[in-house]
Amino acid sequence: MSQALFSEPQTPLDESVRQQLIREFEQLLPAESVLKDDADLLPYESDGLAVYRQKPPIVVLPETTEQVQRILTICNEHKVPVVARGAGTGLSGGALPLVNGIVLGMAKFNQIIDIDEQARTAIVQPGVRNLAISEAASDYDLYYAPDPSSQIACTIGGNVAENSGGVHCLKYGLTVHNVLQVKAVTIDGELITFGGTAPDCPGYDLLGLLHGSEGMLAVTVEITVKLLPKPTSTKLLMAAFDSVQKAGDAVASIIGSGIIPAGLEMMDKPAIIAAEAFAKCGYPTDAEALFLCELDGSEEEVEAQLKSVEALIKDNDVTTLHIAADETERMLLWKGRKSAFPAVGRLSPDYYCIDGTIPRRHLSTVLQRMNEWSNDYGLRIANVFHAGDGNLHPLILFDANIEGELERTEELGGKILELCVEVGGTITGEHGVGMEKINQMCVQFGSDEITQFHAVKNAFDPDALLNPGKAIPTLNRCAEFGALHVHHGELPHPELERF
Amino acid sequence: MDSADQIKQQVAQAFGDKSPLAISGGGSKNFLGVRADVAELSTAGHHGITSYEPSELVITAKAGTTLTELRATLAEHRQMLPFEPPAFSDSATIGGTIACGLSGPARPYIGAARDFVLGCTIISGRAQQLVFGGQVMKNVAGYDVTRLMTGAMGTLGVLLDVSMKVLPVAETEVTFVQQLNVDHAITTMQSLAGKSLPVTASAYHHGQLYYRLAGSPAAIKAAAAQLGGDATDDNEFWYELREHKLDFFNQSDMPLWRLSLPALVPELAFESKSATLYDWAGTQRWIFSNADASLIREMASKAGGYAQLFRADKDLKKSAGVNHPPAAAIMKLHRNLKREFDPEAILNPGRLYAEL
Repeated sequence: MSQALFSEPQTPLDESVRQQLIREFEQLLPAESVLKDDADLLPYESDGLAVYRQKPPIVVLPETTEQVQRILTICNEHKVPVVARGAGTGLSGGALPLVNGIVLGMAKFNQIIDIDEQARTAIVQPGVRNLAISEAASDYDLYYAPDPSSQIACTIGGNVAENSGGVHCLKYGLTVHNVLQVKAVTIDGELITFGGTAPDCPGYDLLGLLHGSEGMLAVTVEITVKLLPKPTSTKLLMAAFDSVQKAGDAVASIIGSGIIPAGLEMMDKPAIIAAEAFAKCGYPTDAEALFLCELDGSEEEVEAQLKSVEALIKDNDVTTLHIAADETERMLLWKGRKSAFPAVGRLSPDYYCIDGTIPRRHLSTVLQRMNEWSNDYGLRIANVFHAGDGNLHPLILFDANIEGELERTEELGGKILELCVEVGGTITGEHGVGMEKINQMCVQFGSDEITQFHAVKNAFDPDALLNPGKAIPTLNRCAEFGALHVHHGELPHPELERF
Repeated sequence: MDSADQIKQQVAQAFGDKSPLAISGGGSKNFLGVRADVAELSTAGHHGITSYEPSELVITAKAGTTLTELRATLAEHRQMLPFEPPAFSDSATIGGTIACGLSGPARPYIGAARDFVLGCTIISGRAQQLVFGGQVMKNVAGYDVTRLMTGAMGTLGVLLDVSMKVLPVAETEVTFVQQLNVDHAITTMQSLAGKSLPVTASAYHHGQLYYRLAGSPAAIKAAAAQLGGDATDDNEFWYELREHKLDFFNQSDMPLWRLSLPALVPELAFESKSATLYDWAGTQRWIFSNADASLIREMASKAGGYAQLFRADKDLKKSAGVNHPPAAAIMKLHRNLKREFDPEAILNPGRLYAEL
């Protein structure tokens, strides 16, 4: 199916060029770090979005910055595209290989170079797993705050590329808020330091620009992250309601009251039932919605906030309110939420995870519309929701073995994302555009913005060799998708042929 | 024609004529950077808060909206701009604030201007009206152009409106004072935020360490017991520091430098001979000094930081440059981006760097 993903025809890498590249890479890297046989290439044919697959012609696995510089220089000379890859856990096909380009696997960059206890920073290589940073910092009572659900496997380099969030980002921010410096290599092989450990690096915020750029501007080789002191106290409340509206109102009243919870995670009835069946964590399965609200900080601050939050929740017709008695119960209640995806996975042969963000006040409307569509399409939907920041993850249950069901699922997913845009939100909160949401970019942005995005890439990568075709659609593609925003009745660049 | 169309038309005219514009909001930070002596483009007439949802912590305002108005509206709901931007005048606008990218005392603890921008509308140097980001906190669709605009001093586009994340005002704030020598103060300030305690500002000046706690009264009391120092009822210190209204800022006609340095950099050689105020846990230093600009920049670079010529006469700003010069590769990317957003170089030429 990946052939249909690209609107432009993908010409496979010429075999003689491929052989030439392999020779050059083998001069640079040990033979086992240049993968060229089908069996070795197979594990790289998809990322976490496994419905999209493409076998890459070559995979290289460098372990030094100099090697990355040389690889990029070689690819630049041959004008061969490069797809950088971390752990391959991404959910939008950002690391989907190209038929005409190499995969640059960064997994061997797996060293934590330094942890500075006093400055509270860690210097890490991009292939270090997200959770490994917090584990290493734990000896100093410090941790790295962003915690995407895949944190046991996903790498920090991938986190930078996607600007990953997590369940604690309402209070502690996204990856971009917790990274101080990135060393990255541009397509011409130059090693550049972006940002720094001093605040307010002068000039344009290029460090910010790299975050979420999906490997299209430069290849990250070293990252300096900020570490935070572990909170001395953490409390978790579980609150269940007989309507999504009431749960949403309770969330709004908590935030409106001046409290910023560390985590605020909502689930709808299908997700609650699935999670409870899977994790047996004590969720009330008759509830229409429930949320987990985590408070952290000093003992006294948490105590004061807990009282306020309890009162606010009671004011909103809560049906069950429970505070985790101890750490074991807190972890159990979280386990239900964190295993919602596999739990839903047990209900159905396949599921498809959507990642839109909406202004929270539109939650009921959006859920209701999804309900209607769910009936129309005959596809069940369960919802988990980062309620604090409006990031919605509908999980569509389907069976890929039923002919046409995947296509209908994708169509439904696309409609949901377009609804997110319609209510003032966005097509991706934290999973990235990659290959998956490239058509919806044409809904969210007009042709002038898309042209400007290409211009940004052009400033870094004039021959468009770094992960080309991902994240930013061509105007041609938008025209084919039928969603191009046309200004003043004129297509941009009328001189170009279309369709 | 509405105020946005007027701005767009003025940029279109300038683009056609290849005649540069100097962008101005309330004029409160005209002193910052080297302002070109060319036709002015004012955003002051494009003002008003367009949306505000307190329970979603998001506000959107047109560029010419004054900080005073924004702060008053947020205060009605006990919320604030978390990065505590300096105004330097009642006329200061949100457009100018984001374009300059300055942040106040809370910056090391709560975040900087660039940490709270969510979306923006701009007029590019091609006179195109472009919308980036949005009004939600998590959004990774397309490159983060909003952050790129923050601190760009209007050299990539004219900001038309900005969406920002806001935060609640703390229930209580208390300032504490402690007598310390400078070396001890720098390490103490750094360690303050190393515990799970609600510190939201720290500064050092005239032998006194100031720090601010924010939260519930019980939490402040408990934190103060751990950290020491004497409570004062003077929270004005932070306002005066932010707005450069402390006596420190009026003591000299010498150039005022702003150094930003990594954590725990000890007092630099020329600081001991100059009037210095330490903010941001010692990572931002305000220094009055006549020392040679290249010497100051060299010392800042060696320490891993940057030196900005914050207030000085125009001749010195022109000869020494205002902002710390970046590495050649970074400057090349600046030039490339400038070309892609403002190909005729009509927006605030020379304001950020002489060559942009």
